[in-house]
Amino acid sequence: MTVEVLEDGRKRIAAPLSEEDVRALHAGDVVLVSGPVYAARDAAHKKLVELLDAGGEFPFDPMGQIVYYVGPTPERPGHVIGSAGPTTASRMDRYTPRLLELGLKGVIGKGGRGPAVRESLKAHTAVAMSALGGGGALAALQVRSQRVIAFPELKTEAVREIVIEDLPVWVVADCEGRDFYVEATAPWRRDDLLPESFRSGAKAPLD
Amino acid sequence: MGAVRELDASAITEAVRDLCIRINYEVPEDMVAAVKRAREAEESPVARQILDLLVKNQELAAEGEYPYCQDTGYTVVFLDLGQDVHVVGADLSDAVDEGVRQGYQEGYLRGSVVGEPLFERTNTGDNTPAFLHVRVVPGDQVRIQVDAKGGGSENKSRHAMLKPSDGLEGVKDFVLRAVAEAGPDSCPPGIVGVGVGGNFEWSAILAKRALLRKVGQPNADTRIAELEAELFELCNALGIGPQSLGGTQTVLAVHVETMATHIASLPVAVNIECHAHRTGTKVL
Repeated sequence: MTVEVLEDGRKRIAAPLSEEDVRALHAGDVVLVSGPVYAARDAAHKKLVELLDAGGEFPFDPMGQIVYYVGPTPERPGHVIGSAGPTTASRMDRYTPRLLELGLKGVIGKGGRGPAVRESLKAHTAVAMSALGGGGALAALQVRSQRVIAFPELKTEAVREIVIEDLPVWVVADCEGRDFYVEATAPWRRDDLLPESFRSGAKAPLD
Repeated sequence: MGAVRELDASAITEAVRDLCIRINYEVPEDMVAAVKRAREAEESPVARQILDLLVKNQELAAEGEYPYCQDTGYTVVFLDLGQDVHVVGADLSDAVDEGVRQGYQEGYLRGSVVGEPLFERTNTGDNTPAFLHVRVVPGDQVRIQVDAKGGGSENKSRHAMLKPSDGLEGVKDFVLRAVAEAGPDSCPPGIVGVGVGGNFEWSAILAKRALLRKVGQPNADTRIAELEAELFELCNALGIGPQSLGGTQTVLAVHVETMATHIASLPVAVNIECHAHRTGTKVL
């Protein structure tokens, strides 16, 4: 069991995660994450899935691991990394179930996940977390090392192994299918102040 | 008509370079003040903690070691070129791109631009090209405003060609819907830039320009200023809050710009800005 519960209620985990670890994490938990995580975002996900389709070897063993959706800024001399906050998670929705099938147990990004990913998190007992969106400078302080392990030509989007220590995140979609964004925002919504046309959704959708 | 003033393009390059670096580390004072106002007004304890973290992130970035956000943006440059200025030594757009190139490399900023969107999507490595808007204005000065715009919030921006009969209510509805759908992905609390009128492309440019006003400075037209105040209240009634974890402070300001339009049209564009609002201006 690697989930430690701190006095203030926060939890502390270290990758790789077991199914038991994942089950101990619930929507809304504040979690400090340590260990190696694997940086990959849009272009890297596309390449990783193409690699799988072609029967190639994955650049790391995904079993129990966490993928962090991040494209850091270049590190200054003497620093291990530049700013390193999360990017929007839902852009990876198309690829995430495929990685969860391989045994990936966690993802860190920002923002919610679509229904297919939430179902996949349930089916494969995995967890989606959000780090502080736009908090790239603060996130950098939690990074101990990084090295590019695949696709260096993608520059900031290369796949990296990043060792973090106590990166604070929120559990936003857990393995029971809960979506924390819905739960967290609902009590604050003032429907009494919002126009009827908006509440009823009478107008055509945006997209 | 004044005498023609010669301006070496290198001065433009230098100004763009310096602005690119400065704005990615030092959040402008009006934005710092807006986040502090939100911290005072916020009712959710969790949201107040998040706003405290954003203040810490601002302070850390200002030390000059780590940019405020890892998405150091693509570079929008609004350049007002006095019609009595003659730029010499290089092409104007090359001079701007060179400023971006130098700024992003010397400032340890991220190259976040692919040179081509559909096929190779190869990162250009130096954040070029800039997205340059040139306007010729009276006078013999050059005013350069740089905006480092994050992709996450830009992705949540929306555009519609409404019908004139949709009117004011239709515009309000559309803005609210855009902010509601953006949710956590646009890194709230931020600024909502709204462009109403013009045509397809001008409404979007108006919305972008609206973002670059001092945060919370109302439109000079009192009817538009009232609309901004109402939209501000409505957006915050959505309850999204900082990081979309619930709260009363979803947006820091709503800025609306309007212009003439066709008798058949009511274009509206909503350009969403995150809390990583990075803009600065230099006049040459």
